[in-house]
Amino acid sequence: MLNLNKEQLTNLFIISTIIAFYALALFLNEPFYITLLTKVVILALAGVGLNLALGLGGLVSLGHAAFFGIGGYTAGILASHSLNQEIMFQWLGSDISGTTNMLIIWPLAMLFSGLVALFIGYFSLRTKGVYFIMLTLAFAQMIYYFAIAWPAYGGEDGLSIYVRNQFLALNTLAPETFFLICFSLLIIVLVIVSRIEHSRFGAALQGARQNEQRVAALGIRPFGIQLSVFVLSAMITAIAGALFADLNRFVSPAMFSWHTSGEIMIFVILGGVGRLLGPVVGAALFILFEYYLGGLSEHWGLFLGLVLLSVVLFARGGIIGLIAGTRKYD
Amino acid sequence: MSFILIFEQILNGLQLGMMLFLMSAGLTLIFGVMGLINLAHGVLYMIGAFACALISALTGSFWLGLIASILVAALIGAMIEVSVIRRLYLRDHLDQVLATYALILIFSEATRWLFGSFALYLDVPDILSHSINLFGVLDYSRYRLFIIGVGCVVAIGLYLLIAKTRLGMRIRAGATDREMIAALGVDIRTLYTLVFALGAGLAGLAGALLGALQSVEVGMGDSVLILAFVVIVIGGIGSIKGAFVGALLVGLVDTMGRFLLPYALELVLPAESAATIGASVSSIAIYILMAIVLVLKPKGLVPANA
Repeated sequence: MLNLNKEQLTNLFIISTIIAFYALALFLNEPFYITLLTKVVILALAGVGLNLALGLGGLVSLGHAAFFGIGGYTAGILASHSLNQEIMFQWLGSDISGTTNMLIIWPLAMLFSGLVALFIGYFSLRTKGVYFIMLTLAFAQMIYYFAIAWPAYGGEDGLSIYVRNQFLALNTLAPETFFLICFSLLIIVLVIVSRIEHSRFGAALQGARQNEQRVAALGIRPFGIQLSVFVLSAMITAIAGALFADLNRFVSPAMFSWHTSGEIMIFVILGGVGRLLGPVVGAALFILFEYYLGGLSEHWGLFLGLVLLSVVLFARGGIIGLIAGTRKYD
Repeated sequence: MSFILIFEQILNGLQLGMMLFLMSAGLTLIFGVMGLINLAHGVLYMIGAFACALISALTGSFWLGLIASILVAALIGAMIEVSVIRRLYLRDHLDQVLATYALILIFSEATRWLFGSFALYLDVPDILSHSINLFGVLDYSRYRLFIIGVGCVVAIGLYLLIAKTRLGMRIRAGATDREMIAALGVDIRTLYTLVFALGAGLAGLAGALLGALQSVEVGMGDSVLILAFVVIVIGGIGSIKGAFVGALLVGLVDTMGRFLLPYALELVLPAESAATIGASVSSIAIYILMAIVLVLKPKGLVPANA
């Protein structure tokens, strides 16, 4: 028998629950629930990205909507060029056209968001605490207003993707196939994040969160590792953004709005900051709220706010903290 | 493009700046004294606008509405402080961000519940509704001039309050060392509630004043809140003087950028793309300004406690 601690057991339970729900929806032949579950998985992925910076690195970024949106717009723009058969731009004499291949879109989404994160992180990480929060927020707003003002890709109206992008030869329009793609990606990313957490890099990162001077005294510059984790975190969130664009087959500047940043942060907090599967639980709860309370009352945001407020004030450590106890080493 | 047009745009920039000052003064005061990052400040702005719209519709007097906006926002601010914010002072910034974000959700939805999703409109009183001739060259809105005037009065009032009164002395002392002034027998909890209510009242006044220029609707506080953040980051968090400088700078750069950039770009680009690029770039001009200020002066233009 595997020797698992409480949190690992909880994690196992969470993953099994998702698979069980998927099987149930498949059995009942309810594609809508599969789509809902896919949304949970995608939003969870965005949260996993933020959790890397926020939970492990202690970097309270209120600007992750920027990366979510960049991922979404990368998918949207490439697909729209490809479907309209327009050339995007010419480079070194050859035509660069769009694509609907997810295997090209994802790396590009990571590349663009990574570059933007490098820029934002470079400026924001020079500051601490409340300045960092406001700077990440302000940079994300800058991209938001730019997306609204830039008319080439729909401006305020957003951009439709008529057909879901392609993954190998699979039919991505089938809800169950698309779910499996998203879910596999989530699992892969979770494994990578867990490896990072337990690596030397992860140890230095968590050290920098707990006490920057101490890490600096050991001869490690916190700035470098914090910038790396910020970029990495942005890349993960961007993949989620690209998947989200494919899920809705639509991208709009709302992806960049600071409410998106707030929501991604809610997933992390509801589930438990710094817990590997915290964002998964948080996103699942959020969607459950949106779906069930949204069905009962159009003012479900009021209840979400009350729950969030109670979690922050009284249940620090989120849901996983309640189940599996407080985190070690904190 | 004439001198008169530029003059008009400068006045518009000043008016936006004064508006932002009313918002950011409270925000920076709350951060400076209590160390709290308050995302719910935009909610208080919205509450002020709704209070003004409601009272002026009931009584027919814009002036009563304006007074109501300050009182209602200050009262609700005090209630929020006592019930929620008070528990957050010793928490880290993450908890503060989330709890105040939760307050935004709660108050926005509650307002939508009470007033519906449609925008309300506020009428400017007759005496301010016309334009006035300035120096014989420009007809300018009296109401916008009135806003500039209110901003100046509030700025002077705040300066006198902080620099010359006993309460101001306590506020300054509280910002410097809260344990010490508590040990000296100052009731720090009441002081914090007062400061929060003061900031809330100013935000409510800003909401009511701008509500008459634009429309009164749920979510109106969001964009202003973020502009106010930019202002206090530029000015230096915790410094009221910094908030004043930053607000005017942001107001002028935003207004003049939107006005001048398309013209400037026309010199080097074809007219059509100059207009598009000008519009896109000017919408982010203030963020570029903020990045430049932070590179040169990471603690803002007028750092607090310098």
